[in-house]
Parts: sequence; C-alpha cells; structure tokens
Amino acid sequence: MLGLNRKDLILFLIVVGLVVFAPFILNPFPEDSGLARFNAGYPDLMQRFVIFGIFAIGFNILFGLTGYLSFGHAAFLGIGSYAGVWMMKLLTVNIVPAIIASIVVAGVFSLVIGFICLRRSGIYFSILTLAFAQMAFALAYSVLTPITAGESGLQLSLNDPRILEAGGGSSIPAANFFGLTMRDGFEWALGGWVFTFNFGYYFCALLMLVAFYVSIRIFRSPFGMMLRAVKSNQQRMNYTGLNPKPYTLAAFVISGMYAGLAGGLMVAVDPLAGADRMFWTASGEVVLMTILGGAGTLIGPVLGAGMIKYFENIFSRLNERDLNALYDFLPDGLQGVAVSVSQMFVGDGWLLTLGLMFMLVVIFLPGGLVEGGQRVSRLFRRRKKTKTDDPEHHPQPSPHVGE
Amino acid sequence: MSNRFTRRGVIKTGAVAGGALALPTIFTSQARAFTNEPTGDTVTLGFNVPQSGAYADEGADQLRAYELAVEHLNGTGADNGMLETFKYADGSPTALTGNGILGKRVEYVTGDTQTNTDAARASARSMIEKDGATLITGGSSSGPAVAVQALCQEAGVIFMAGLTHANDTTGKDKRANGFRHFFNSYMSGAALAPVLEAAYGNDRKAYYLTADYNWGYTTEQAITEATEAMGWETVNKVLTPVGQGDFSSYITPVLQSGADTLVLVHYGGDMVNSLTNAVQFGLREAQANGKDFQIIVPLFSRLMARGAGENIKGIFGSTNWHWSLPDEGSQAFTRSFGTKYGFPPSQAAHTVYCQTLLYADAVERAGSFNPCAVVEALETGDGLPGIDSPSNTGFVFDGLGNGPTLYRAGDHQCFKDVLVVKGKEEPESEFDLLEIVEVTPTEQVWYEPDHPQFAGGQLGECNPGA
Repeated sequence: MLGLNRKDLILFLIVVGLVVFAPFILNPFPEDSGLARFNAGYPDLMQRFVIFGIFAIGFNILFGLTGYLSFGHAAFLGIGSYAGVWMMKLLTVNIVPAIIASIVVAGVFSLVIGFICLRRSGIYFSILTLAFAQMAFALAYSVLTPITAGESGLQLSLNDPRILEAGGGSSIPAANFFGLTMRDGFEWALGGWVFTFNFGYYFCALLMLVAFYVSIRIFRSPFGMMLRAVKSNQQRMNYTGLNPKPYTLAAFVISGMYAGLAGGLMVAVDPLAGADRMFWTASGEVVLMTILGGAGTLIGPVLGAGMIKYFENIFSRLNERDLNALYDFLPDGLQGVAVSVSQMFVGDGWLLTLGLMFMLVVIFLPGGLVEGGQRVSRLFRRRKKTKTDDPEHHPQPSPHVGE
Repeated sequence: MSNRFTRRGVIKTGAVAGGALALPTIFTSQARAFTNEPTGDTVTLGFNVPQSGAYADEGADQLRAYELAVEHLNGTGADNGMLETFKYADGSPTALTGNGILGKRVEYVTGDTQTNTDAARASARSMIEKDGATLITGGSSSGPAVAVQALCQEAGVIFMAGLTHANDTTGKDKRANGFRHFFNSYMSGAALAPVLEAAYGNDRKAYYLTADYNWGYTTEQAITEATEAMGWETVNKVLTPVGQGDFSSYITPVLQSGADTLVLVHYGGDMVNSLTNAVQFGLREAQANGKDFQIIVPLFSRLMARGAGENIKGIFGSTNWHWSLPDEGSQAFTRSFGTKYGFPPSQAAHTVYCQTLLYADAVERAGSFNPCAVVEALETGDGLPGIDSPSNTGFVFDGLGNGPTLYRAGDHQCFKDVLVVKGKEEPESEFDLLEIVEVTPTEQVWYEPDHPQFAGGQLGECNPGA
C-alpha cells in the first residue's frame, strides 16, 4: 500500500497513530495531580514536536544517508521563517503562501550554499556550513535589520499591506488556513484529564506525516541508494564512473527545503521570526536530535526531536517547589537531599541532564534510541526465531561523523 | 413486528445518539469569556525572566521581587511593602488588602527567556497554554519584550514588560495588551542632556560606540538628537557586536578621531567590558580639544555598576529608580526587600514589583480578570497635573517610588520622574555605587505618542482571547 513494503507501512501507521493521538499520549497525568507538571500535551509543545520532527527528518536525509554533517541547517529554518512572515505581511495571513514561500526560498538558499560547501567533504564541509549559518545569523541580527527587524524579531503589524485581504480592522488577523485559525482548537475534559486539540498542531502534524512519507520513499528509492553509496565510499563511486556531486547537492537541497518547511510552520503557528533560531546552537540541536534518535534510521530523528524538545520545555521549567511536591512521599531529611540533588538536573540544569543522556546514548546505544528499541524487542523475540536482523532498519556500522 | 429493530442495531443507534448528545457538553471549546479565566480559588501569574545568559543577574533579582510581590498580595509576607504606600491620584489608598486578587490567592509559574525571542515566546506560550496564566511579565531586554508583547496580544492576556528601554516597545511595536513601567531611550536623552550641558558645556564632540541591535539604535538616536539640540557635534557612530568580550579595537580609534566625549550605548556585560577597556586605555585622563575627555553611559543599573567597579566613578547615566530615593514608597520597598534577602533591590526588581501591584490593583478596580477590563482600568484617568497635552490621559497613581506616575492611554508608556545618576566617588558599600544627581521631572521627558522616534505603530484593540 502507498508504495511501501509491509515493514515500512507498519512503521508509518505507528507514526500516524502517535501523531493523531498525541493529545492523549502526551497528557497521561490528571490535571490536579502533582505529576501534571510532566504533561506535554499543550499546543505549543505539541507543535514544536512535529515541527522539529520535520526539521530532523530533513536533516537526516542529508546526514543519515550521505554522511555529510551540516552544522548550519538552522540557517535554512530561519530563512524559511523570514520568508513566511514576509508573505504573511505582504499577501495574506492565510498560511499557504507563507509555507510555499518558505520552502522555495530555503531551497534556493540551500542550492547556493550547498553548491559552495559541497566542494569539500568531511570536517571542512561542516566548518563551511557553520560559517554560512553564522553569517546568516549575523546578517539577520543586525546588518539586515530593515528586513529582519533584528533582535526583536520580524512580526506582523497593523500597517502591513496584506494585499490579498480586505483591509481595515483594528486588530491583526490571526494566522489561519482558509479560515481555520491556527491558534484555535477545543478541549475535552474527561474525568480529571483535559485533552487539548489544536488546529495548528494537526495542520503541522499532517505536513509532518507527508514529510515522513516522502522521507521513507527517498530512503527506499534508487536515489537513496546512491546517497548511501556516497556515504560508504565516495572514491569507489567515482571510479565506477558516477559523479556523486549532483546526488549530494540534491540531498542538501531537499534537506534545506525540509528545514524551510519547518521554519514556515513555526511562523504559521506563531507568527514571529527571530534571528536566534539561526544561531549555531540551533544547528547543533538538530544534529543532537538526529544522533540521539538514531542517524540513518527513519523514525529516529522524530524521536530525538521529541525527546530534546520535551527536556527543553518541561525539565527546564521545573523549580524547587515542583521538586518538593514530587518528593513529598519521602521523609523530611531524605526529601531535602533528593530535592537538592535533583535540582542540579532541572531548571537551567536541563542541559546537564540532556548532556548525560546524550553521552549514555552515544556510548551504549550508538544507533540511538532506535537501537535501544530494537534491543528490547530482540530480547522478547529471541525465543521465536534466531535471525531477526533487518538490514534496512539496523543502524549502519557508523563511520566517523565527519566522513 | 419487523426485525428492523435488532438488539444490536438499537444499541448501536443508542450509543451514537448518546455520543452526539454528549458532544456539546464535553467539548468546552469557547465557553470562557476570555483566555484563562480563573475559575478556582487561585489565579496564576507568569513570571518570564532571563535565568541564563547575559542578563541572568537582572532576571534573578526580578524573581526575588516577584516572590515578594506575591507574598505581599497574598498577605503572607513579613510586612506589606509598597501596598501601604500605593495610592490613587486623589490620595486614597488602593483596593489591595493582602487578600489575593479579587479574593483569589496568587500563584505563579516561572520561565527562562534566555534573553532570546524564541525561547521567551515558547516559555510564555507554555505559561498561557499549560499553566493558565492571566498575566505574563518580566524580561530584561527589548527584543524578547517586543516578541512576548505581540504574543500576549494574540493570545489575549495582559503583558507587563519588565526591563525594556528601547523606544520600540511602546513605539512602533506597541500593543493594546502590553504596558511598560520602565522609562525609555527618549527619556534618557531628554533627562541627560541638561545635566551634561551643565557639567560639560555645549561645545563637545561625541563619539558613539553602540550595541548592534534595536535598543542600541533607538538609544543612540535619542541621545544624539538630545545632545545635538544643545550644540554638541557627533563625530562618529560605530556599531559593536553584542557579547563582544574585548572592545580594545573599538576604543583605539576614539582618541584619534578628534572627539572629546565617548558615549557607550552598551548594557550589561558589554558595558562593563567596554568601560573597563576605555579606562585601561587612559581615556579618562586624556585631553582632547583642550578639554578633559569624558565618558557617558546612557543607561545605568546597579548590577552593571558593580561589575564595572572603580571605573564607574564620576560617570553620568540615567536610571529608572534607585533604592536610595528618600520617598516613602521606595523606602518601604527597600526595607521589605532588604529584610527578606539581605541587600537592597535593583531597578529591575523595583520595576517588576510595581507592575505586579499595578496589575493586581487594575483587576480589583475592574472587578474582573478580563484583559480588556484591565486595559480599560489602566487607561482611564485624568492624567498628570501640570502637563498641558491632549494625550495626557490615563491611570495616575503615587507611592511606588518616582512620585506621581501616569500610565498613558495613548501608547501604554509609563510617565514618571527620571533619575540622572553618577558613579559615586566614595561608595560606602558594594550596593552604594550610584548617587542621584538630578530627579528630572516628568514634564521634561514628556513627548507626544506620534513623536518621530516612536512613529509607525498602532496600539490596536485589546484582545480578550476568546
């Protein structure tokens, strides 16, 4: 079905299920329980999960398949965002032109930057992309302030022309998809639980599923095979008379367009484009997402993106009061110790937690979270049959990331 | 009897019909009158401050002040702080009694803006969407302030900007749901110019080092226009990257430029570094055009003064508030902050404390948490006495430091006295680093909402969300 083999179809359906039922899955704790702090089922974070999922899926097409480690992908995300906001300012707050423009503009930029950077490989390629991304950041942050609004970020205003829209009105119209406002949604109170269904989330989720599907098709296509060949041995590819450059450039542009789509969706659900999302730490973040989840696997980057965004938004906001409530069941002295130890890992210490997790994953599960899942499932399946190796889903024997 | 009504069919139909009937009751979509209407016996406020990054010190001080404000509002603190001194224009005490807001206990959530527009917005959105905050407040930089203000306008909650000094916050990026208690670049220029004229004369050549972002641009513009109006000449303006550790390469050309005054439009750590560099290069002992070389820092804070140490002595700047102010309100606040934390509050702490009280009072007067009612409560009033202007309308109060203060209806900018300060020559403690040179009265820093430095924005209408 859908041109997928059985295994991929099951994987795709699992992802569809996860995405559709995310409001339930992410809100496992009742509203008034102390654990409600750990609920992630609110629109902003759910949108972030799928948007960064798209970003990471796209990055994985370049990094996971060709092995080219781009350290400047956030630049395309940012460029997509700026293009999107400009479309919303100039044309209409309907998000369709914004998203199309963000993909196209990011594609054009990635074609230019990719053409230059792909003249080198390995660490030099990484440094070149990093340099371009930092240039883009510096331009957006200060030099191009008339276009990008600099530090405060580009946003909609009442004076925007919005030529495709009836003028007037004394408030800025909300971003919508043919009348379906991204910010709107409804809530479903069920017992102690409140589940939030947000239109913006489902719109992004739909596009993520499309992006995920396209990525599966690319992975299984002859084109994907060529990209893997680039990764395994580029010289040998050259000797067989194949020029790897068009393939890598195509992969670079595709992943740049994915990043642009993610950037466009970010402004579709929250119409502001800030320069900070192009900073090199943002580029590093998508590398972490991909490696944490499992580079070169289909679902890995999505899991990695979810994991990092969860830590960033939930753990970073826990404070001493929450910890005290969490450890309430312990005797007083022990509670104090537990709180002071945990405090190092939450709040602004969330990066420490993330760093530790990243280390553990890289050392013990080089294939990322996906490998962890595979090991668990193999543990259960071992009795049934001895040979379960699936070459496609198994992480490649990972070469050096800079290769 | 036909067999159309099979048992299974009846059950199925019944379930579907029941589900359809239940639908309107379980989807509580737009049942609320406005975003996050508090329904229980508590109300949640969102304190969104930088807890990491360049302005983390200011953020930490803001959080302390917020905690104090919540204690005072709930009546659980050691004293009542400025609740005792906070008065309306006619001198009557406010509706705040230490019984929460409208009888609801005040709860709060905190977030980290990281001094980054994206992170600030993400944090504010989660406060609004997850925690049900009715007010978002705080921050220590204009970029996040402008971004979060726009978000609060879209989401339909009130925003009380923290420490934001750029003109844009209540200029081209103003929003109906947002208010600013802090002063701005224009006011700094207007307050500083006469003091500088008196101290340094009206024949000076100024050289600007400006932080390369929005706040830098508007502040540079404000200071240039104010000083050029009194006869100073601008020799050069140089933009410097934010977060530059070493400014030596920018300082060296200053002495050769023919300038005799250096204006450092930097804030936080940047200002500490650039001032230290300038002093190391001997600028303060230098002579140019037959005059002593002078350095000016338009926006001062005590936390910056502490970072710059010795180098700050004798340097002019402006500030929003200082704990050494003698009025009743400032003293009450300094006392209760000092009792709780052991040191005096900074201007960042003062600003956010006042805003929390002002929001609480506006809700009490409006009788509702509805953002539009709150906006109306803060926009209604006769304005400040002694200023003859059609735009002089809005809520006026006294007793929160800085004397009688106006929240102007036209652009939601706060108007009050501005302090011109100087680095103290002989500080008595590490907190006693600035001395107040002049308290510039409101009339002198007054401008109309359509002033060119603020043009281009519209407040729009308040948005209650639902």
